[in-house]
Amino acid sequence: MGFDRRNFFRTIGVAGVTLAVGKSFGSVTTKDNIVEFQAMLYDSTRCIGCLACERVCAKVHNLPEPPEGLKAGVVRKTTETQRVAINNCNTSKGEVFVRKSCMHCNEPACTAACLTEAMHKTKEGPVIWRESKCMGCRYCMVSCPFDVPKFEFHSANPKIQKCDLCYDRIKEGKIPACAEACPGDALTFGTRRELISEARKRIFENPKDYINQIYGEEVAGGTGLLYLSSAPFSEQGFDPKIQNSSYPALTKGFLYSVPSVDVLLPPLLLGIYAATKNNHSKEEDNE
Amino acid sequence: MFKDNDGNSIMKFLKRELKPKAKLLTPFNLISIPIILLGLGLIVIRFWKGLGAITNLTQEVPWGLWIGFDVVTGVAFAGGAYVVTFMVYILNMKEYRPIVRVTVLNGFLAYAFYTGALLLDLGRPWNVVNPIIGNNFGTSSVLFLVAWHFLLYMLAELIEFSPAIAEWLGAKRATKILSGMTIGAVIFGITLSSLHQSGLGALYLMAKDKIHPLWYSEFIPVLFLVSSVFAGLSMVIFEGSISHKVFYDQMSEKNIKSQDGIIHGLAKICSVAMFAYFFLQFLVFLHDRNWEYLNTPMGYWFLVEMIGFVFTPMLLFFYSYRLNNIFLIRLAAVLTMIGVILNRLNVTVIGFRWDAATHYIPSWMEIVVTLAVIFTEIWIFRWVVRRMPVLRESPVWAKHDHD
Repeated sequence: MGFDRRNFFRTIGVAGVTLAVGKSFGSVTTKDNIVEFQAMLYDSTRCIGCLACERVCAKVHNLPEPPEGLKAGVVRKTTETQRVAINNCNTSKGEVFVRKSCMHCNEPACTAACLTEAMHKTKEGPVIWRESKCMGCRYCMVSCPFDVPKFEFHSANPKIQKCDLCYDRIKEGKIPACAEACPGDALTFGTRRELISEARKRIFENPKDYINQIYGEEVAGGTGLLYLSSAPFSEQGFDPKIQNSSYPALTKGFLYSVPSVDVLLPPLLLGIYAATKNNHSKEEDNE
Repeated sequence: MFKDNDGNSIMKFLKRELKPKAKLLTPFNLISIPIILLGLGLIVIRFWKGLGAITNLTQEVPWGLWIGFDVVTGVAFAGGAYVVTFMVYILNMKEYRPIVRVTVLNGFLAYAFYTGALLLDLGRPWNVVNPIIGNNFGTSSVLFLVAWHFLLYMLAELIEFSPAIAEWLGAKRATKILSGMTIGAVIFGITLSSLHQSGLGALYLMAKDKIHPLWYSEFIPVLFLVSSVFAGLSMVIFEGSISHKVFYDQMSEKNIKSQDGIIHGLAKICSVAMFAYFFLQFLVFLHDRNWEYLNTPMGYWFLVEMIGFVFTPMLLFFYSYRLNNIFLIRLAAVLTMIGVILNRLNVTVIGFRWDAATHYIPSWMEIVVTLAVIFTEIWIFRWVVRRMPVLRESPVWAKHDHD
């Protein structure tokens, strides 16, 4: 998986040749031992609001039937019994469907927050929650900029509920249940790199149908759930305050200071102690 | 080996010590006992029906009063222990020695009980050992760091306090050994404190979009650390003035005499620390270009905190020190404590999701459980003070060890 010397030279080589020769090598990558993040593209112009994704999600994850009824302008949130929610938003471009579920960030705040690694960014891409590790502190919920993890507040043995991109199915070589069930082809599953290319292609080919933005390409440092839409995303319940850089990076400075303080402060204290102790005993001698 | 001075066995000794040593029917007991019992009942419901049964927490506001007040505010108030041990053991300021034990005891109990309150708040408390035993070590987490530093600090404080326990039990050898460990525990403890006091602030760094900009900045960890100095010392002043009345019979003459001088010194340190804090807050305010928020309701609230409960008590500390006025110092300490409570709650509860349609307001049951935790802590504190040499002098045989 890593970036060893051979790969490094190969990449340099490919980059060099590409620069020299031009387009012909454009899509060559060093794929042999790099696992790319799996991701999902949600194209809201293809979504018909049938809620098949919600129903199959509930079935696959043994959750109760999601509530019926999709009304324009009525917010439907994901809950501790519903991992994916489709909303119908009133926007400047009319009524637009939008999916709400875990964004599967490239650098998730929830996994950086988790002190037991119960929240885990798998090497395949999905962010999963592991029951045997979680202590229920809910720091993931405090940290997630998208408010995704949901906690079972009314259970004596509470779990965190959120979309795991059907990680168990992915490991079996299947695609997420919602993507399989979608009748309108609104959900596409694949590697993140391929999906971004695909999304660009759709925008390029039908510039009138889309705004020129792939939501998730940059937001929060890049996410595994990518969005195409005909309307601005700030009109679809996405918080415009969410930054484009990674959230775990916000704690990096503090975390990096910890080893320095832990190692450097004790000798300093010991030095002061030794210095004042000498003074003290001298004073006593003088007395 | 454990024999007290009368040569009785340890069992008889414990039996005698467990009996109440003062009146049972006091106003404090009459208020605290029903609240503790009610709190226990609520805790049973909490573990039986889940957190939602007694708290008003929501999916958007998953941390409420129990974290924001019990843990984040409580730990700031427990900061006195690391400041006072720094002064006495590292800087060798002997005049503050009389308050070391009581401050360390206060700190230790605060940590023990707030960790206890944390267990109530954990949804799956049976997994609390996971970050300790490595299932898994979430080293990228600020909370992982805070958890470990909490745990180790409690150990350090227990070692710092342990000579008092050994003296109470009459264990001469143990007293000697444990006293010898004090300086190591102190150095260890100050280091751990500086990191978890700031770490509690760092917990909120990733909640960048959720906390009101007047209270969010990348300097939260530094602000939390600096404010823990005067939060802890104000608590020491406050607790000292209550102990002076309640435990007057426990205090040695030397101790009583030195009290005013100690309080004056602490007031001086508080005013300087608060000046540093106020200045730092001002720089952060300028740096983040927060002028636009000032003329809003949250802006007025910010000014109340900064002017009313940081700047004012800072001046009070300064002048009361100059005027030699103990009453003003106590008033300043109380104002400072209110200010610290306001600050911690503004970051964790009031300013958290300030723009949401519905706000989190703690349920009466959350408040009762919080009070029950505090009252139980005071009960234990009182029990220990009446038995161990905390406020009174150490037994004569132990004297030479720490003078």
